[in-house]
Amino acid sequence: MRFSTFSRHIREGTKSIIRNGWMSFASISSIAVSLFILGVFMLLTLNVNRFADQVESQAQIRVFLELDTPEEKIAGIERQIKLIPEVKSVVFVSKHDALERLRETLGENADVLDGYEAENNPLPDGFDVDVFEPRQISIAAEKIKALNDTDPDRSIMRVRYGEETVKQLFRITNGIRNIGLVIVLGLAVTAMFLISTSIRMTIYARRREIAIMKLVGATNGFIRWPFFVEGALTGLIGSLITAAGLLAGYAQVIRSTRLDLGLMMFDLVPLEEAFWPVGGTIVGLGTLIGIFGSILSVRKYLRV
Amino acid sequence: MIEFHGVWKTYPDGTVALQSVNVLIERNEFVFIVGPSGAGKSTFMKLIYREEVPTKGQISVNGFNLGKLKPRKIPYLRRNIGVIFQDFRLLPKLTAYENVAFAMEVVEAPRRLIKKRTMEALELVGLKNKANSLPSQLSGGEQQRVAIARAIVNNPAVIVADEPTGNLDPETSWEIMKLLEEINYRGTTIVMATHNSAIVNAMRKRVIAIDKGVIVRDEPRGEYGYEI
Ligand SMILES: Nc1ncnc2c1ncn2[C@@H]1O[C@H](COP(=O)(O)OP(=O)(O)O)[C@@H](O)[C@H]1O
Ligand SMILES: [Mg+2]
Repeated sequence: MRFSTFSRHIREGTKSIIRNGWMSFASISSIAVSLFILGVFMLLTLNVNRFADQVESQAQIRVFLELDTPEEKIAGIERQIKLIPEVKSVVFVSKHDALERLRETLGENADVLDGYEAENNPLPDGFDVDVFEPRQISIAAEKIKALNDTDPDRSIMRVRYGEETVKQLFRITNGIRNIGLVIVLGLAVTAMFLISTSIRMTIYARRREIAIMKLVGATNGFIRWPFFVEGALTGLIGSLITAAGLLAGYAQVIRSTRLDLGLMMFDLVPLEEAFWPVGGTIVGLGTLIGIFGSILSVRKYLRV
Repeated sequence: MIEFHGVWKTYPDGTVALQSVNVLIERNEFVFIVGPSGAGKSTFMKLIYREEVPTKGQISVNGFNLGKLKPRKIPYLRRNIGVIFQDFRLLPKLTAYENVAFAMEVVEAPRRLIKKRTMEALELVGLKNKANSLPSQLSGGEQQRVAIARAIVNNPAVIVADEPTGNLDPETSWEIMKLLEEINYRGTTIVMATHNSAIVNAMRKRVIAIDKGVIVRDEPRGEYGYEI
């Protein structure tokens, strides 16, 4: 294709988007909404998988104690845990150790912890508990939790271990994801039909032009191109807006949850890692939806 | 150049528009197609540029066998044919220049050629000074000239004109005829359907008369031959 022909198709396609005004706006919005939801689910999945990996690598029970639990009490609890038959070893993790560990996990982002020193350390003391058999981890965890029942202060604030949390999370997210995919599919189809309606309007508005093109010997491909361009551009605009908004929002989420998640030794998938899979999929899909929308109308209404 | 061999045309609703038509038009001829309204003149023209296909028979145009022509190839047939209508069919939002250039752009002619040939065509039809006018700013005769410029700009072997003077007053009609004669003189075959007996009688060109879908007369230097 000549460059002048190519730029002509782009120009004509763009003109039609502008001329179709509200219809184009509706198409772009519906593409944006459906892809936004899709993008949210993609980010969710990426993070759940990352979370699962992180949890599985911690085949350990973590016990967190209430703040200001006295030292004797801590020693007592440690002894009691050691008495549990499934438990192999117990290591005390002071809140000071926890802060250091967190600094390490955060790496270059550790500056969020600036200002937290020994005196105002917000982290609790706790234990890392290893079991003999990974399969026994939930039994051991239950027994540790049960220690609170005989303790009037209920000093154990929280007992966490990977497997259970992961299973629960997967159950919830799988459900959400399936519903989400149905919604996304429905919205994508809607977007496609809106685009195809928009293209149909263009075909109608340009019927005289099309008739003359045919008469003077323009090829079918030449006549069709601007309509594909219109569809593809509509999809591209919608998806670029979505990708930009979504990724900017995600960057914000990473920033604002870094400290809270860091405290639990987790972090979100970094933006650089999510950028291409999520952004690329959204833009690619959006463009495809647009092209399919125009194919629908061109095949039906543009008899050439 | 144009050959109809045993051509029949029946429309889907059963109307028989042409019956057993045999015609041979040579290169560089000027032919009038005459006949009353509904005789089949427009159908004859549409068969030439393959807007319609015959129900029976063979048609060839400038080396294209239309019966065997794949739909994909129709555009290449049409690049050999310039078509003019009674109602001009210009694009209202384009200037005279743009209307003519449009015909070259959409067949992907090279840019520098487009400018040169468009200006030449506008000059030939005498509208170089109105190149930037919109159709709404031009008289009927001028609009038809733009349509003629558009029809010839791709240098077709044949011009098919379906009642090109049908909307014009006699004086303007004559200007259009002079123009078509000039184009014919430069080497383009012209097939023109018309109701205008004065023009046909004065020009003394070949006349093919159709009545109720049948060719009833074909004379080399004929007259209109009907009462109006
Ligand atoms: N698309 C069509 N469908 C059905 N009948 C048609 C169609 N076009 C023309 N006709 C009929 O075919 C006959 C010839 O029409 P046409 O070729 O337009 O005649 P003319 O141009 O000589 O007036 C007329 O009876 C007309 O009504
Ligand atoms: Mg007619």
